[in-house]
Amino acid sequence: MPLPTPGPWDRDRRRTLALAALAAVAGAAPAAHAQEQKKQPPPEFSEGYTPPMPSQPQPRMPWLTTLDVALLAAALGLAAWIGLHRRSRREMRLLGLFSVLYFGFIRQGCLCPVGSIQNVALAALGSGYALPFAAGALFLLPLLAALFFGRVFCGAVCPLGAVQDLALLWPRRVPAWLDNALGVLPYAVLGIGVLYAAAGTAFVVCQFDPFVGFFRFSGGWLAISLGAGLLMLGTVVGRPYCRWLCPYSVLLRWTAALTRWGVRITPKDCIQCHRCADACPFGAISPATLEAPAEPRAVARRRLGRVLAVAPLIVVAGALLGRLGAPAVARYDRVVSLAERVYQEETGRVKGQTNASEAFRKQATPTGELYRQALVKRRWYGGATTLFGAWCGIVVAGKLIFLTLRRRRPDYEADQAACLSCARCYTSCPIEQERLTGLRSPLRDAPEQP
Amino acid sequence: MAGKLLPMADDAPEQPQGGRTRRDFLLAGVRTGSVVAAGGLLTILAKAPAAAGTVWQIDPDKCTQCGLCATNCVLQPSAVKCVHTYAMCGYCKLCFGLLKDKRTGNTLSVENSRCPTDAIKRVFVEDPYYEMHIEENLCIGCGICVKGCTRFGNGSMYLQIRHDRCVNCNECGIARACPAGAISRVSVKTPYKLKTRHA
Repeated sequence: MPLPTPGPWDRDRRRTLALAALAAVAGAAPAAHAQEQKKQPPPEFSEGYTPPMPSQPQPRMPWLTTLDVALLAAALGLAAWIGLHRRSRREMRLLGLFSVLYFGFIRQGCLCPVGSIQNVALAALGSGYALPFAAGALFLLPLLAALFFGRVFCGAVCPLGAVQDLALLWPRRVPAWLDNALGVLPYAVLGIGVLYAAAGTAFVVCQFDPFVGFFRFSGGWLAISLGAGLLMLGTVVGRPYCRWLCPYSVLLRWTAALTRWGVRITPKDCIQCHRCADACPFGAISPATLEAPAEPRAVARRRLGRVLAVAPLIVVAGALLGRLGAPAVARYDRVVSLAERVYQEETGRVKGQTNASEAFRKQATPTGELYRQALVKRRWYGGATTLFGAWCGIVVAGKLIFLTLRRRRPDYEADQAACLSCARCYTSCPIEQERLTGLRSPLRDAPEQP
Repeated sequence: MAGKLLPMADDAPEQPQGGRTRRDFLLAGVRTGSVVAAGGLLTILAKAPAAAGTVWQIDPDKCTQCGLCATNCVLQPSAVKCVHTYAMCGYCKLCFGLLKDKRTGNTLSVENSRCPTDAIKRVFVEDPYYEMHIEENLCIGCGICVKGCTRFGNGSMYLQIRHDRCVNCNECGIARACPAGAISRVSVKTPYKLKTRHA
């Protein structure tokens, strides 16, 4: 990992240290004087009055947090039961409504498994933060559920997903190329979320949570307009946040791909009527492949070879881009941006003070110490953004490799990694209707659909 | 794979005979491993001293009363309120937290009050002393009184996040905005950073 070039402050470090020392000496005397002057000794009260201590209302009881964890576990179990055993879209929607009400409006959205990625990252990679039990449990439970029942968390437990599911009124399918291209974004969001959390800079996933503003009836204009935009888009496009932004979806994809019991669309045989694939608003149903492969094996192999040859280049390019972006990425950190500002002020490149630099000067920290901290942060970001760039490269290359592979599939089946367990496909399946009504589906005798 | 969970019709096709493939076996191994790892991790977590979690709090010694607490909290009004350590208070007749620097007319009339919401009430103690009581329902956490008290008085007024109101966001909006970096996570067991008698 190459060392980043030292910050501009490094060259002038000795001078700024001297300046800071000078300022400390100059500032100390009058400040001490003022300190002496302003104290007004508390009076002697004659009638036995003792000044009260300020009250300390306590935070929410810890057992209530445990209750939230238990409720999440119960909701996950219920979602698995409804999704895989009851196979009922109506009940799934009711559970989703409950989740929006409780985890969304009542609990106001925090803590949530999506955001808990950052708590885990901060505890694992950062310093000075011990992972609270609730954050660890919220992080693990949906992943464990996905390992056995698929992404039932997305189906009706996640309030962010459920609120989009309720907004989906006129579903339209998104072209596959667009879906695939946007599908890379969650990996990038996961990367940037972990990056900033591990650095202790910010929890950006929470900061740009698009729906928490609705649950709290408050929020900045950016968050609210992002949320409103996504919900409006979500009336026609199924769950845009879940599919193309949610960082937790990456982990759920990985675990759900290993799932033991997942959504199985038809209760018996598939008659390949294509209805489930039409009903799925998320493009999560892989159609049956035709018997004969569409192209000779040699052609497919050559294409795969080409992609494999390009893949390392993509990863290296990603790492380089990440390295180039390091200063800009690091500037989001409070210490780094403050050090840059203070340096500019010290060298006379800017006039006046910002709130932050003014606050910094009121604290007795020497400028040199601030520069040192900022330099450590910058150096860390230099390495971390390189890794982040490489990660994005790996994801893009992996996606390309994955797209060149053709798997043979006799029937229509849910892609467990992508399936959100919403239970929409069941009712569309004529064989499921046979099971429910006991009547033979007319589609069995219909001519084959294109 | 979906076998047993599914209510099968009577004439359901038979499950593939010969049972599990190598792929199934490997997957089962990965799943068991993950469950064991997750279980272990949760047990360790539950026993850790920090298991109870953290809340956000302001360090009054770092606070510069910039006013962002009033606007950047997800709650409106903010969960940040002025807190008064009376033991530090000088019980000044002209309270610098309560009154503007330049006053007109009747000293104690509301036009001379710093507080934009008139949240500071004078509670009579004994002549000539009044307790400056903060009405938390009115306080918006702007810190204007804190600034006055810190500049000219004893600094007995300061801002704190009140945990009966705070929803404990995973990422605190004001912590992110705070120019002094005065807001940090503290243990839920010691959720306040109160000023004590003349530190």
